[in-house]
Amino acid sequence: MSIITVDEILEPKLQFATGNDAIAYGALLANCRFFAGYPITPATEILELMARYLPLLDGGYCLQMEDEIASMAAIIGASWNNYRTMTATSGPGFSLMQENIGYACMTETPCVIVNVQRSGPSTGQPTKPAQGDVMEARWGTHGDHYVIVLYPNSVQESLWITIRAFNLADKYRVPVILLSDAALAHTREKLTIPLQNNIDIINRMPVTIEKSKYHPFRTGFIHPSKVPEMDIFGQKYHTYLTGLTHDWKAYPATDSAKVHEQLVRRFYEKIVDNHSDIVSMELKYMDDADIVVVSYGIASRPALAAVERARAEGYKVGYLRLITLWPFPHDEIYEISLDTKKFVVVEMNLGQIYHKIVEHSRGNSEVIKCFKIGGELHTPKEILKKIKSR
Amino acid sequence: MIKIANSTKDLREKYLRKDLLPTIFCPGCGNGQVLNYVIRAIDALNISQDNLVFVSGIGCSSRLPAYLEAYGVHTTHGRAIAYATGIKLTNPELTVIVFTGDGDISAIGLNHFLQAIRRNISITVICINNENYGMTGGQVSPTTPMGHFSTTTPYQNIEHSFNLSFLAKAAGASYVARWTTAHSLQAIKSIKKGLQKQGLAFIEMLSPCPVSKKTFKNTTEYLQYYLNESISYSPNQNNNTSAHVFKDLHECFTAQYEGKIIVGEIIDKEKPNYHQLYEDLRVRARNEFRKNK
Repeated sequence: MSIITVDEILEPKLQFATGNDAIAYGALLANCRFFAGYPITPATEILELMARYLPLLDGGYCLQMEDEIASMAAIIGASWNNYRTMTATSGPGFSLMQENIGYACMTETPCVIVNVQRSGPSTGQPTKPAQGDVMEARWGTHGDHYVIVLYPNSVQESLWITIRAFNLADKYRVPVILLSDAALAHTREKLTIPLQNNIDIINRMPVTIEKSKYHPFRTGFIHPSKVPEMDIFGQKYHTYLTGLTHDWKAYPATDSAKVHEQLVRRFYEKIVDNHSDIVSMELKYMDDADIVVVSYGIASRPALAAVERARAEGYKVGYLRLITLWPFPHDEIYEISLDTKKFVVVEMNLGQIYHKIVEHSRGNSEVIKCFKIGGELHTPKEILKKIKSR
Repeated sequence: MIKIANSTKDLREKYLRKDLLPTIFCPGCGNGQVLNYVIRAIDALNISQDNLVFVSGIGCSSRLPAYLEAYGVHTTHGRAIAYATGIKLTNPELTVIVFTGDGDISAIGLNHFLQAIRRNISITVICINNENYGMTGGQVSPTTPMGHFSTTTPYQNIEHSFNLSFLAKAAGASYVARWTTAHSLQAIKSIKKGLQKQGLAFIEMLSPCPVSKKTFKNTTEYLQYYLNESISYSPNQNNNTSAHVFKDLHECFTAQYEGKIIVGEIIDKEKPNYHQLYEDLRVRARNEFRKNK
């Protein structure tokens, strides 16, 4: 029986598709072959699509687990069999996943977690979009840790950013959180699906060190990178993993301040040292701008409309859309603030990225709040009003 | 020709990470005994250490994988079986053994345990049940017998306790055995059977905790209690306790409330495991996909 390919599954190449479709397709194109999830609005369609398509592919598995805690656990376990793994959820499930996201950080396990945001706290408004989980995505699990957080703003970009999420997860051995929201997830737009051989795949670094010199968390031995080479279960290296503070042999060293500091600082350094490789943003109309509208995700759609309207009225307004939310582009924001009188921060929450803009503009610019909650997108008019405000 | 190790010294050389010894376990702890039985079962079956993955949660027994020269995953509290599910499914060649304790599996992680049984994932779950939270200093657990004292039941435990083996049987486990650390040969035999099972095997090992759970003041007394008060669940068991046939579960639980310990091979049956069923599903899905093309 001949093999079924991703290209066969994803025909036709041009679709009128949703953001959730695009995430599932992106995952398949990125060679994700293990998905574990739990039904939750507005993320369920991703699980449904993976349940339909993964069994068709060689070695593909999709599991509906008993809860989001187990989903997160299963994708971490499968990742160590050299699988690209993903789960998808929304706010309440994302909160449950935090425990094992911390474990993925501590054991440097690549995996992708999709959080299709809805209004919270608690059950909130399950069918309504929100952007209230931006800080949780960065700081949700306890203790010092680093994760990468990405947020597309269209159906087409959802596909590309999903592929990028897998590449970054493997390259830096870190959980990558892909944010979406109920509006993006259920909006239908034109989606061009690429052929799989047009996709760039950056896989994790396999073990190249000989067994006698190999240690699971040894870095800088063969490659200068601060990312350790990653073992696969079922080989000769006998890697041990623990959520306890561990030395480079992976042995628990819970009483050593030195070991803890080295380990946890390296979690930061492996991301921060590669800032320019990870950070991405979209800039428009910035050349002469003295007002800059900052937005991300679905809120950037009315933001761009507002910027263009203000431009038509003669305002020197720029458009800055964050694609990588974390690590935060602090230096970039500082540079921009030197020529900016006013930032308008458009968010579907009561102020999260706002605080980062205040922090990194270092008093150079006024920072205006343009917050909206309750499940409706901003109208361009609402944003325009803030642009014009003095 | 592979040499099969069998002396204690050989086993120690072959299976333990000696640079991590001594263990963190208290004097008199039963974890070492259970580890001994597991190593002997693995050795007897000649399972490759490269293909062995020990998965554990949080607690004393969950520290065991660290000491084994094989793959080990010391995960989060109660979640070991969910991790093991992802590991086993994506590489069925691996032998996946979960080490867990009663707090791990019967309180915070009970749902994962029951769901994995329901799915019949081919893993061997070994629960070292010391009837308390030993690592945190002796708090009550869901397997602490009613009437017992603990640091969080200073006026006696008023809650009914779980019998995890009967719970596993009721959930549909393929293989369940229950022993104490005093039943060495029976335990090794059951672990061997569990490891060969195509489906979820659960082995519950009652284990002394003379430091945190002071039912008895030392391990010798614990072991005497285990041997004197154990009652075999099934009359067909080849063990050194007096065989006893219960007429029903009620009689069985009544005996447990009176301080008896129910041991034995609780169930051993064949049923399709998750992996087989998934591969069957894959064939159906592919045929349907081609038909609709």
